[in-house]
Amino acid sequence: MSELIGNIVILVGAFFLFSAGLGLLRMPDVFTRIQAGTKASTLGNILVLSGLGIHHPDWALKLLIVAYFVLMTNPLSSHALSRAAHAAGAPMVGTVVDALRDEDGIAAKESSP
Amino acid sequence: MADIILQVAIVLIFFSIVFGVVRLVIGATAVDRVVAIDMLTVVTISLVALYADISGRFVYLDVALVYGLLSFLSVLAIARFLEKGP
Amino acid sequence: MLELLVLLVCGSILISGVLAVLLRNMMAAMVSAGLASLFAAVSYVLLAAPDVAMAEAAIGSGLATLIFLYSIRKTGGEGLGDE
Repeated sequence: MSELIGNIVILVGAFFLFSAGLGLLRMPDVFTRIQAGTKASTLGNILVLSGLGIHHPDWALKLLIVAYFVLMTNPLSSHALSRAAHAAGAPMVGTVVDALRDEDGIAAKESSP
Repeated sequence: MADIILQVAIVLIFFSIVFGVVRLVIGATAVDRVVAIDMLTVVTISLVALYADISGRFVYLDVALVYGLLSFLSVLAIARFLEKGP
Repeated sequence: MLELLVLLVCGSILISGVLAVLLRNMMAAMVSAGLASLFAAVSYVLLAAPDVAMAEAAIGSGLATLIFLYSIRKTGGEGLGDE
């Protein structure tokens, strides 16, 4: 019974990994690709690792360490990448308000005189 | 039954790797390619852990642990380099 | 099943290696070289050699990328502009 539950959790995680790949392929610009590729793959990875933990309860400590590293480092790297893309001036499709650019423009205007 | 579910999961991860490699080939800018690397690393960690379950060997999880530590370092260094310039 | 997976991983090594030679942007080429090393480590795991895979992951995917990045920074970032 626990094997079937673990298999279903692994299948749901693999579906989220598949949707991460599909979003990375189909999204129109850099920021939406970062959003699709990072968040869906983090959830899929954690679901796969918890399914493995249901299969083998004695592997739980090392699986927990791997899941902790992915959960801590993946949002950090996506944040740094999106800041780098914004600083490089990547094009945005359909964006109306860009608060970070407005903030930088106001700061530059205040500091220039 | 249980083997069929695991094989479907491996096929889904297979297609995810294919999509990531396609994005790496056609990616318009350098940031697109770095995003593809980041996603492929996480998918690879999942694949190695799943293969450790299928083959029943505990040692393979160490490779996933080393990936989780090191890929983050290189992606963070590349992002800082892209933002601040050389 | 395992044969298909090994074929996919080895094809990905080939694609990213060719891409690392052909790309004009230094950053994209360096990232592609790191990806070739990552898939090589996965193929070592699939062929039941986990210790070699650990060394490949630590040296090829982590250390070599950082050394390439340091050398690009030292040479002033030539070849980063064109895509």
